[in-house]
Amino acid sequence: MKPDVLIVGGGVVGAACARALAEAGVSVTLLEAAGLGGVATAAAMGHLVALDGCTAELELCRRGLQHWKELAANMSPTVGARLELEPCGTLWVASGEEEWALVAPRCEAYRAAGIEAELLDARALRGAEPCLSPRMAGAMRVPGDAVIYPPAGARLMADAAREAGACIQLDSPVAALESDGVRLANGSRLSAGAVVLAAGCASKTLLPSLPLVKRKGHLAITDRAPGFLHHQLVELGYLKSAHGSNGDSVAFNLQPRITGQVLLGSSRQLGDEEIDLRPALLARMIRRALDFVPDLAQLPVIRAWTGFRPTTPDKRPLIGPVPGRAGLFLATGHEGLGITTAPATAEILVSQILSHPCPMDTAPFSPARFPELAHA
Amino acid sequence: MPRLHFEEREMNLPEGATLIAALGPDFTTRTALDGRPRGPLCGMGECFECRVKIDGREVLACMTPAEDGMDVRRA
Repeated sequence: MKPDVLIVGGGVVGAACARALAEAGVSVTLLEAAGLGGVATAAAMGHLVALDGCTAELELCRRGLQHWKELAANMSPTVGARLELEPCGTLWVASGEEEWALVAPRCEAYRAAGIEAELLDARALRGAEPCLSPRMAGAMRVPGDAVIYPPAGARLMADAAREAGACIQLDSPVAALESDGVRLANGSRLSAGAVVLAAGCASKTLLPSLPLVKRKGHLAITDRAPGFLHHQLVELGYLKSAHGSNGDSVAFNLQPRITGQVLLGSSRQLGDEEIDLRPALLARMIRRALDFVPDLAQLPVIRAWTGFRPTTPDKRPLIGPVPGRAGLFLATGHEGLGITTAPATAEILVSQILSHPCPMDTAPFSPARFPELAHA
Repeated sequence: MPRLHFEEREMNLPEGATLIAALGPDFTTRTALDGRPRGPLCGMGECFECRVKIDGREVLACMTPAEDGMDVRRA
């Protein structure tokens, strides 16, 4: 039977799209080149974080978080445990007076967007997170943020999709997009009413005109240290690294994992497409973290790895139809926010594919904002 | 022949042995969060399952040659 929709890519975004479409009654087949959540999803930190790159992005995050929480609330405890959901909230840490002045307006902006946020002065911050250096000026606490184990998130999304009737095909690399479907690497063809390209960085191989580059990141995880850290910590200047300059940058981001381990990020690099660790950059990332949390130096790092964020020139994702390519939709380019925003991305695509009204402002994510894509 | 302490036991290990040899027959280094025992898997410094402590510092037992006088503990 011919499916209504083919999804190319079984990362967290593709799996979330499969689930949302199947639950909306659409017949869906997801094609994954290898295994579920094995590339960018597996390398990711797994924060569910409200990030305010722009108003539309903040709303995409808010809805994504809401979907994840509903999914987690409806799972049995045994299944839910696999998601490793840690409802730790985020502290956006201001390291000096200049940054502290930015916290109150940012707090207001979050509240205006319907996201709970509160100000912690230096004293309250020390009480909330004693491992932080006493030199910190204060923080914004976003209690609704959380952390999950991303590959498990992708698997649970795919399980929910299967339960709703979707067909999930692993080990099925797609070789080419065709006008009415796809051609698989084994030569067989599949046709469908619509194709959703959700293959992360690999999307560009199938659609070379995509304005997408690989943005490399380093992560390191420590041994178990229960009670060391209570919140996800992010430096207030994180957005400068995430949305700002294209040079090599590091930004402090620390997460408590449910195992008691501490996960440390982040770095951003363009133009380095090797998976190898770059010791100098990793060292810079660790030194940055020690400025905020000096006692981190006592914890042994047991593993470090790299991954690639699918990144667009304006750092916003590509969600929606491709101009001039009837039936082809994009769900890629999520940079460092794919875990948080996957379910909200799926919500947008369901509304577009089924021509339902969408409650979100989708224009900032429309592929049509890039003329090179329209003229492909 | 290096003579060292592993936990409360004093032992002699063969010349050139790594600390893996000190673990003895039960081969357990760590405990999973659900209580199951964990132990060395790869023997080549990749899996990090054989972490032990020497004077409070974590090392990989499979990559650390045994030396005279070491005080080795489970991490």
